[in-house]
Amino acid sequence: MISRRDFLQVGMAASAVVGASGFGNWARLGAQQALTQDQLLEFDSFGNVSLIHVTDIHAQLKPIYFREPSINLGVGGNKGAVPHVTGAEFRRLYGIADGSPSHYALSSGDFSSLAQAYGRVGGLDRVATVIKAIRADRPDALLLDGGDTWHGSYTCYHSAGQDMVNVMNALQPDAMTFHWEFTLGSDRVAELVESLPFAALGQNIFDAEWDEPAELFAPYKLFERGGTKIAVIGQAFPYMPIANPRWMFPEYSFGIRDENMAAMVEEVRAAGAQCVVVLSHNGFDVDKKMAGIVPGIDVILSGHTHDALPEPVLVGETIIVASGSNGKFVSRVDLDIRDGRMMGYRTKLIPVFSDAIDPDPEVAALIDAERAPHAAQLTEVIGRTDSLLYRRGNFNGTWDDLICDALISERDAEIALSPGVRWGPSLVPGQDITREDIWNVTSMTYGEAYRTEMTGEFLKIVLEDVADNIFNPDPYYQQGGDMVRTGGLGYRVNVTAPQGERISNMTLLSTGEPIDPARSYVVAGWASVNEGTKGPQIWDVVETHIKKLGTVTVDPNTSVDVVGV
Amino acid sequence: MELTRRNMLTMGSAALAAYGLGALPAFASLTDDEIAKITGGAETAAGELTITAPEIAENGNTVPISISAPGAVMVAIFAEGNPVPNVATFNFGPLNPTRSASTRIRLATTQNVVAIAKMEDGSFQRASAEVKVTIGGCGG
Repeated sequence: MISRRDFLQVGMAASAVVGASGFGNWARLGAQQALTQDQLLEFDSFGNVSLIHVTDIHAQLKPIYFREPSINLGVGGNKGAVPHVTGAEFRRLYGIADGSPSHYALSSGDFSSLAQAYGRVGGLDRVATVIKAIRADRPDALLLDGGDTWHGSYTCYHSAGQDMVNVMNALQPDAMTFHWEFTLGSDRVAELVESLPFAALGQNIFDAEWDEPAELFAPYKLFERGGTKIAVIGQAFPYMPIANPRWMFPEYSFGIRDENMAAMVEEVRAAGAQCVVVLSHNGFDVDKKMAGIVPGIDVILSGHTHDALPEPVLVGETIIVASGSNGKFVSRVDLDIRDGRMMGYRTKLIPVFSDAIDPDPEVAALIDAERAPHAAQLTEVIGRTDSLLYRRGNFNGTWDDLICDALISERDAEIALSPGVRWGPSLVPGQDITREDIWNVTSMTYGEAYRTEMTGEFLKIVLEDVADNIFNPDPYYQQGGDMVRTGGLGYRVNVTAPQGERISNMTLLSTGEPIDPARSYVVAGWASVNEGTKGPQIWDVVETHIKKLGTVTVDPNTSVDVVGV
Repeated sequence: MELTRRNMLTMGSAALAAYGLGALPAFASLTDDEIAKITGGAETAAGELTITAPEIAENGNTVPISISAPGAVMVAIFAEGNPVPNVATFNFGPLNPTRSASTRIRLATTQNVVAIAKMEDGSFQRASAEVKVTIGGCGG
């Protein structure tokens, strides 16, 4: 590990790092180029307005490792388009040198080796340093939080989101939108939202009974900045009651509601807004489609699908900025707003290399205070991993393979199902697995690990249904997660086949026999959206399993055969 | 606007429209029969008639649907994938300030919801929206 003082870094906006080739040597080669925190933060101020975007932090207060996906397939019009480009192809597309800090931060490949050289990423105390540096340069910059902030850790669960609210308040955001926050339950959401010293936005958050805009959330807020008027319109995750348990927030209805979005854009323009920013939790492909349908949006700050893109994507005259997840990146977006329109922009996706960026002392102290009461629980070592544990990928990740193994052995099941969520940091080979690490990939308010019987026919319906949520060629029918992870069950998926025909060759891996549609199988899983689900909490199941194993090794998963790409 | 080559490339791919129908419901011909009863086989064209429905139903048992049909005297709504496709018929008179209506319907499965409007001049308009009904489960 390299210390902060002699750390070597490259800013994303800087041009490609020279040299570096040879797989496996990247970490060492990367270490031959020295940079500083100043270079990471370097930015030539542009125009008259600055936006700072953070999103999908998932309650990661401390620095973590986070491996980006090696498989993230696009379908329909998004086939082969960013963010559906990964690994070496992604690096070639953006001119990123192998082994460079940008390689490590933005793409998969040689992750374990590069992690040794470049260290952890994120940490809200480091994010605070980045934000303060931008504000020092542009004091009236707007800080906008794209949501999925009050979910995803041991301390967040036990404080019902309070730890994140306290730390984020210290960063002084100007507005926020929402997704997993709602899984705290509508009463707690109301309590926290009413306490916020900034705007809670969502033009698509409606009252379920009357189908009218919900009173608790404003659709937008107008800001006077840089001598002009900026409108920030919120767009919460559209499919909350489908992807997450509806019974936890029955008062609310969501949806994309692009007609209402268009009406809000007209309304803010009529109110004098010279620039329209959408703070979105739609997911990238949905944002792209929406940008093509709703006229008059200048900037979409895109969240939900956890994509990190070093340049904005342009749709018509709208720029879409994707700022990653888990506190790994901060986006700075400078705009030149003149004569009622956006005349130009300059952006930088700032990677938060936590060994290179100094923690902000005030925020660091606040984080320590939030964690102190839980210190013994958080730091208890449960086991060790010899394998890289990660989650991102369309079909499986090693963390989920381990979770599925835990479900099968601890719940005595033939088949395990684990949700295709995209949050959860990585662990590198040789690392201890602490209780905090397990909670980082399992924590939620509906984590009960059920055990039930499903027929082969129903299992196919489940796989087909989830596959259509990812591979429907129309982005408006995609929910932005990944495929449900399966343990003990192999299958073939044709990603370009129509709904109901994507899944075939379902196999019970323990016997090698084809799944019989008429037979019942014992299935264990977690994160059911159904009310009244019974079972032990998933983090306890995984902890027991890891304790028994001592040292974890996860073999490559070959149980999903992907065709039609 | 600062345009780079890569921005241009992604712009190009964004211009491609994607449209997926999913599995076609089995009762579509029933709907066609019912529509023919109203129109007498006359042509139905796209016009100012719009139908607003969620892309994915939050609850298939009660899906909010609204229609807006300036200049219509009648609008009928059909759910193609339901065993009985007829959902509702709205009649409008000269004293109606707007020719629009909202209701909630139950959808058995992923399907198209179709609206047929009879206009003041006797012509017909048609609009449809695909509503996905899913068992749900996993969000990012």
